[in-house]
Amino acid sequence: MYELAYDLIIILLKIFAILIPLMTAVAYLTYAERRLIGFMQVRIGPNRVGFFGFRMFGLGQPIADAVKLMFKEIVMPAEANRYLFVIAPILAIAPALAAWAVVPFGDGLVLADINAGLLYILALTSLGVYGVIIAGWASNSKYAFLGAMRSAAQIVSYEIAMGFALVGVLMAAHSLNLREIVLQQSGGFWHWYWLPLLPLFMVYLISGVAETNRAPFDVAEGESEIVAGFHVEYSGMLFAVFFLAEYANIILISMLTVLMFWGGWLSPFEGIPLLGAATAWIPGIFWLVMKTFFFMFCFLWFRATFPRYRYDQIMRLGWKVLIPVTIVWLVVLAVAIVAKLPPWFG
Amino acid sequence: MLENYLPILVFIGIGIAFGIGPIVIGAIMGPHRPDEAKTSPYECGFEAFEDSRMTFDVRYYLVAILFIIFDLEIAFLFPWAIVMNEMGWFGFTSMMIFLGILVIGFIYEWKKGALEWE
Repeated sequence: MYELAYDLIIILLKIFAILIPLMTAVAYLTYAERRLIGFMQVRIGPNRVGFFGFRMFGLGQPIADAVKLMFKEIVMPAEANRYLFVIAPILAIAPALAAWAVVPFGDGLVLADINAGLLYILALTSLGVYGVIIAGWASNSKYAFLGAMRSAAQIVSYEIAMGFALVGVLMAAHSLNLREIVLQQSGGFWHWYWLPLLPLFMVYLISGVAETNRAPFDVAEGESEIVAGFHVEYSGMLFAVFFLAEYANIILISMLTVLMFWGGWLSPFEGIPLLGAATAWIPGIFWLVMKTFFFMFCFLWFRATFPRYRYDQIMRLGWKVLIPVTIVWLVVLAVAIVAKLPPWFG
Repeated sequence: MLENYLPILVFIGIGIAFGIGPIVIGAIMGPHRPDEAKTSPYECGFEAFEDSRMTFDVRYYLVAILFIIFDLEIAFLFPWAIVMNEMGWFGFTSMMIFLGILVIGFIYEWKKGALEWE
């Protein structure tokens, strides 16, 4: 009995050791987004809110936003299905956070080292679509309904391409365990899966952007046509929870891209004489975080650079380009693995 | 082995709590002054004159059906992908036949125009 309570406390401490940096990263990702896109558009972005009278480049902005949203009224639309309306944001954020249970931050630095890690992640990221579609349905508003329909069809379409890309990773790594997938990539950055699985990496990254409903695939909330899409009726903290889920998903997808295609916590200088030895003291989590930052930056960069796709273009890209590419590459990969072709599968 | 799944269960619970917590805080701290204009469904400045749960394009439904087929296919591919290097050419051939059937179906739906959105 005491043992179980002790275990639970340890687990809770570990969970908060993951969640607190994660939520900080989520908060400051919103700040980074506004600042970076500001700079890319030759604006300044939020730079006023600071701490104790100091501006500090506007670093207090996310906290001010959170406090503001806390004191905003939660408007319950008269026509809405009340319970579903409240459940939808919870359904969006719970899987976005719970997926982190199997994400390894280093060799052995993982909360739950299970063999079905990737399967669990695929299952949980698939659940995200329920939050969107329930929100759109429960709002009982035309814009929300249209946004939810579009968004759901888009998410399930890109999930297929994403799933096929994951199958390629599994074929190369022979394991569902994320720790082993990373360890299989050791031996220098040319052994990381981005090179042998280059088409799958591209497909995964593009699908990741589409799965999180980010620009240029953000027709679900296309401001110019359907206002805000599925969360048009949401306000105050209910909206904030959707917002948190979106940014937690961006960080999750970035982290998974790094773990599966960019060698996770492995050093990029591994196997290089001199440089490899000189940087061997740097802990793996540093590389993991740096690589993840790069992909998070890419998400923001895409938004600043690319114009929004039209909906038929999105569906065409998902079904007619990404899925055929992944199927062809899976066959190529299968031949390479069974025939034990060098340099990667010898 | 099974005790490895306890943290996941706890994490899912915490994830749900992270969703409920802010909503409860927001509901307590925020004002509650509903009025008719505020709680009516959002429209561009006029009264909604039609049920918002209108009929929608059948293609959304079609995409959902195709998704089930392909997602199931992926679920079948997962276990094969992990052990395929041990199965050699036998495993390869069997899965290629399976994939071939799927590809025939994919070409059929493509030619039928199920993937067209104009």
